[in-house]
Amino acid sequence: MMISWKNIWRNKTRSLVVIAAITLGLFGGLFSSAMFKGMGDQRVHEALSKEISHIQIHNPLYLENPEIGFYINRAGEVLDFIRQQDGVAGVTSRTKLTVMIGSTSANSGVTVLGIDPDRERQVTELYKAVFDSSEVARELKIHDPEQIQAFLKDSVGAYFKGVSRNPILIGEKLAHKLKIKVRSKVVLTFQSVDGNLTGGAFRVCGIYRMNNSMFEEANVFVRADDLAKLTGLPVSKPHEIAIILNDFNETTPLVNLLKQHFPQLEISGWKELQPDIGMMNDFMNAMMTFMIVIILLALGFGIVNTMLMVVMERSKELGMLMAIGMSKIRVFSMIIFESVLLCLTGAAVGIGISVLVINYFNIHGIDLTKFAKEGFEAMGFSAVFYPALGFDFYLLVTLMVVITGILASTYPALKALKLNPAEALRTEV
Amino acid sequence: MNIIEIKDLVKIYDDKKSVPVKALNGIELSVAPGEFTTIVGPSGSGKTTLLNILGGLDDPTSGQIIVNNVNLSTLKSREKIDFRMRYIGFVFQAYNLIPVLTARENVEFIMHLQGWPKKKRQERSAFLLKAVGLGDRMNARPGKLSGGQQQRVAVARALASKPKFILADEPTANLDSKTTENLLDMMEQMNRNEQTTFIFSTHDARVVAKARRIITIEDGKVIHEETKK
Repeated sequence: MMISWKNIWRNKTRSLVVIAAITLGLFGGLFSSAMFKGMGDQRVHEALSKEISHIQIHNPLYLENPEIGFYINRAGEVLDFIRQQDGVAGVTSRTKLTVMIGSTSANSGVTVLGIDPDRERQVTELYKAVFDSSEVARELKIHDPEQIQAFLKDSVGAYFKGVSRNPILIGEKLAHKLKIKVRSKVVLTFQSVDGNLTGGAFRVCGIYRMNNSMFEEANVFVRADDLAKLTGLPVSKPHEIAIILNDFNETTPLVNLLKQHFPQLEISGWKELQPDIGMMNDFMNAMMTFMIVIILLALGFGIVNTMLMVVMERSKELGMLMAIGMSKIRVFSMIIFESVLLCLTGAAVGIGISVLVINYFNIHGIDLTKFAKEGFEAMGFSAVFYPALGFDFYLLVTLMVVITGILASTYPALKALKLNPAEALRTEV
Repeated sequence: MNIIEIKDLVKIYDDKKSVPVKALNGIELSVAPGEFTTIVGPSGSGKTTLLNILGGLDDPTSGQIIVNNVNLSTLKSREKIDFRMRYIGFVFQAYNLIPVLTARENVEFIMHLQGWPKKKRQERSAFLLKAVGLGDRMNARPGKLSGGQQQRVAVARALASKPKFILADEPTANLDSKTTENLLDMMEQMNRNEQTTFIFSTHDARVVAKARRIITIEDGKVIHEETKK
């Protein structure tokens, strides 16, 4: 291996050009992959943490026809069972109805979710999507209740604070559509449990903001108790149970367990709930790997060329080595090692630079708000994204670089083995 | 007991495209241990072919070549490589040192291939390089050494693994008179001290003058032999 390493530096310019090509190729591939992964991860995180959670449970009839009467029977028993399972970070139940929401300016069809704000905090990060003025007021040390009220009035509100009776949390996109702001009054119209049309007035306590404008426009949140009073459907009969786990990779085992215990219910993991998210995740991973493979393939041909030149230039020396007793396997290994070390040097520099640049942007973000904010958000992506790559991907790339080095130098190494020492010694270079 | 026995050795180069060339035509030869022998003859007489076959780098068309009681024709390619590594030292006209290794590393290289322990390798390489007068240039790379110095390193390398004999193909062709004289003196001394057999192929009269046995070949045949007293 020592002689292989020294051989690399015989022709410094050529080796540095190859190393630079590997470095730039890998940096390009890794940075693009990190951007894809960052975007994908953000979308998945956003969807899982704020929209769908890891597992949802419904009455199967509700999924076919979201009627108020298709609630989950014996929901308390289900919730207790879930809370006893390992790896469950939080669980909550929701009343979920399709309603009409109206302001003085406009009407719209939306889904209203009746939630327990405290339990919802354990499951989703909806509370983080609200610019919480009361938190800011506390940080600014505003203690006077009147001042706090005044502060809240002019802001985008709080997560179920600041409004005592029938508070409602709405998305920014819907707020624009209905031309309402914090403390505006809206009216929800829906079917009660006995089949009559009913409704109630709610006051906007906060406006939430997500990277998914479609979700913002279609979902509003109220307290489950408030909704129960209007619908006549008790909180103990929810339409949806949402579970968040400590590790989302544990989704399938828990889904299977719950299916065994509650066969009458429809239990879905996040990939079933939003197949596009799962598909996008898989697609991003495939794209990243594909891109790296293309880059390494191109580099591989460059290395084949370089190593063929090396073998041709050194045929006399290779002949001498074979003459004095260097076995074919050693000659073969020497050329393979030279290629692998060349690749690994380029990989070390390329990966090193990539780690630094990706980590920098992972902290500071890449802001494309000025260029394509609406376009990104319409697709559910944030216009500010944070490139990210896992250690396992760097490891995989390093392994792929080594394999490329071995494969690319196999043909030149085999050519070296075919040299006849007596003839090679007569070569004039 | 001879170290080399050659019987009716024939080598014909036939690439099937041009007229076959008979490079060796029934050579009969034996070499005893400790000889300091030179093979002379005009260009194309078959000297290099004979040395290549002696070194196991080429196969004869017919005939027998027994080296150290081993019939080289019966060895497989891998066994021949191993045989060369253990029993034969090579000195080439163009030195053929590994440019990225120091003089010492070049000498140690073959011992490394043979799996010598590091300490023994270092001791042997230092001893040999001092013996060839390069004790102070052990860490120099070939590019920093003169032609004569490089050939001395090549001789030290050839001797490193204590081979049964050394094949030297035109070792002085690229050297000036004084360097040639020094190199030959050094090799003769090694021949006496280490009891290593030297077989040269050369045109150089200075080498012929030093040799104790001179074998002249022409048209692939031994036409004359002379042993000096």
